[in-house]
Amino acid sequence: MKVMGVTTNFEKSSGVLSSVNDGHTLRFLTAGSVDDGKSTLIGRLLLDSRAILADQLTGIQQKATSDDSYDLARLTDGLQAEREQGITIDVAYRYFTTPNRKFIIADAPGHEQYTRNMVTAASNSDAAVILVDATKLHWDKQPVELLSQTRRHALLAHLLRVPFLIFAINKLDAVSDPDTAFINVSKALQEFALQAGLQIAHIIPISALTGANVIDNKTQDGRASLCADIYHGPTLLQALTELPACLDDVDGHFYFPVQYVQKQAQQHTPEANQYGQRIFWGKVASGTVKKGDLVTIQPSGQQARISKILHNALGEELPQATSGKSIGIVLDKEIDVSRGDWLTHGVTEPLHKEIKANLAWLDDEPLVIGRAYWLKHGHRWVKAKISAIHHQLNIKTLETEPAHQLQANSIGEVHLQLQQALPLISYNQSRTLGAFILVDSASNHTSGAGMVL
Amino acid sequence: MQANFITKIETDQSNLKSFYTPLDDLEEEAIFIMREVAGAFERPALLFSGGKDSCVMLRIAEKAFGKGRFPFPLLMIDTGHNFPEVVSFRDHRAAELGAKLIVRYVEDSMKKGTVRLSHPMESRNPHQSVTLLEAIEEFRFDALMGGARRDEEKARAKERIFSHRDVFGQWQPKAQRPELWTLFNTRILPDEHFRVFPISNWTEYDVWRYIEQEDIPLPSLYYAHQRQVIPRKGLLVPLTDVTPLQEGEVVETRTVRFRTVGDMTCTCPVESNAATASDIVKETAAVTVSERGATRMDDQTSEASMEKRKLEGYF
Repeated sequence: MKVMGVTTNFEKSSGVLSSVNDGHTLRFLTAGSVDDGKSTLIGRLLLDSRAILADQLTGIQQKATSDDSYDLARLTDGLQAEREQGITIDVAYRYFTTPNRKFIIADAPGHEQYTRNMVTAASNSDAAVILVDATKLHWDKQPVELLSQTRRHALLAHLLRVPFLIFAINKLDAVSDPDTAFINVSKALQEFALQAGLQIAHIIPISALTGANVIDNKTQDGRASLCADIYHGPTLLQALTELPACLDDVDGHFYFPVQYVQKQAQQHTPEANQYGQRIFWGKVASGTVKKGDLVTIQPSGQQARISKILHNALGEELPQATSGKSIGIVLDKEIDVSRGDWLTHGVTEPLHKEIKANLAWLDDEPLVIGRAYWLKHGHRWVKAKISAIHHQLNIKTLETEPAHQLQANSIGEVHLQLQQALPLISYNQSRTLGAFILVDSASNHTSGAGMVL
Repeated sequence: MQANFITKIETDQSNLKSFYTPLDDLEEEAIFIMREVAGAFERPALLFSGGKDSCVMLRIAEKAFGKGRFPFPLLMIDTGHNFPEVVSFRDHRAAELGAKLIVRYVEDSMKKGTVRLSHPMESRNPHQSVTLLEAIEEFRFDALMGGARRDEEKARAKERIFSHRDVFGQWQPKAQRPELWTLFNTRILPDEHFRVFPISNWTEYDVWRYIEQEDIPLPSLYYAHQRQVIPRKGLLVPLTDVTPLQEGEVVETRTVRFRTVGDMTCTCPVESNAATASDIVKETAAVTVSERGATRMDDQTSEASMEKRKLEGYF
């Protein structure tokens, strides 16, 4: 069996892959259910990369169920309520560093508030590691039927445009014929990916319990790894290390949402006099900007030239900046610019007051059609109403179903009316400019996560 | 070829320290968060204790806004039991950066009667929450930035970067707002506030590497020095007026450094010869005990002690 090359959901859009990881931090989420070994896998990654220290090990050893092994899963139960109930409630963040990269794991629990947690974790992730528990499948009968949760995890990651999907087929140490199980389950995953239109970066046979193919291709006691005769691809850590950094929408039009306006310095210190002008700080959302460019301030429509691009407030200047970079912009004339405005290149891009979007509902209080919510896009808050729910997505299949209401943890395609026009573009084109949140104007809960269609 | 470094992790621990990954992403994220606070809130403040994490926060603020141009004051809650060198460092550093420093004292809360100790030798550390909440009320702060990190402790691993606090300053772990993309929900009702943690995603190792890279000044007790200590329950308790010798104990002079610096009654140094940030980076790569595990008397009492204190309004 051949391992597939690294392919990504980004290739169809304007995203750009840098050829190496450039030392960029990799944020990945882990998806899986209570007993398919997700917590054990995270524990294994942290333990073997030495991110877990002795006193923390003592903590889990004391309470481990068997004497000679650590209860790795316990490392991720952060809250008292979680320890009491023995389940994970909320997304937890874990860190480890290898000589080549820093990793941030967003660990989304698999049962309670599933969609909410998974959507949250996926929104900021560069990769998703989806665990498939081989012992739960009839792997000896072809075609293997995947669990609906595996499809759900992959489809949600796909919907949020997580650039890389990795399937880790786990617990292969516990099946009688690991090679056959790996081949058959892989076939089922590839068939499913083909049908659903998603790209798989890697399928890796692992055992989180023994550590096989997680960091090293040998087990802890030095035996050859799982599926050694048929699998010659990277271990999970190698795969994660080699994933390229994804830069969002570098080739798109230039958009710069103004985050913070720094007023003219009051004090007459040498540092303050260095730039008497107002500085507009923010992060380039898409495209590239150069010193001297003519820009339009939205929504006012006024124009000015960029006289300086600042790398930071220490006075270091840049000739140009591309998407993903936080910069300060100084204009050649005094113009009224506020937080929440945005700068674009000369020509005005179309703005939208009515949009269609996929909306993941996160609040326990269901969505109310016609009610005004706060919508945050970039650094701007506007009032928004949902005027219609077109349908709901079945998160097991991503097929549409009729719906009149959106409950917590469901995703629907909706129509929104905005109080002000915004530079919204499709989420498929930009994970920054195509995303928004909805906030309940009474409770201030973060009620919805929207992706512009 | 990738397998080479892996073998190294397992077999050659002395070589561990040599690796390096850029800190640019972490710095970028922290600057973005600080500017978001400055833009979204009316009366923010930055909690500055003189500790290493808050010194990193000051450097981030300098890069985000410039020296003498911080759009917020620095706030320190003083238990009255802080190490003298940390207090003088704090005042000096704030002046150097042209930042406004506000100090509020736990002793003033004790005089008012809002803080009562159950016995005179009780640590004032957990009572900081009361004084902190009083300062928030006095100045009507709507966002307080702190240098807490998610790698410090399990409860913190689940806390949001923008952590909402109700009118009692309490954290509600089960009602946390989901954080999607970088679209932080900063909306609050009157008298509520946020605690914001720009270096949430940093580890102790990242912090030390950043201190080394940026040459950040720190109080001297972070580096190896001779100190009189009392070995007690596996920790080295510094000999001070508030942590005196108990019966049957002996005082020893050891070469130590502090990994965390807080209230004298609950912070212990570790034995170390690391005299520079670079030495500490190397040491941190090879440590086997967590930062709080090695140094904090208050966290060892129960697995949930940090969570309990956070619920009461502690950082």
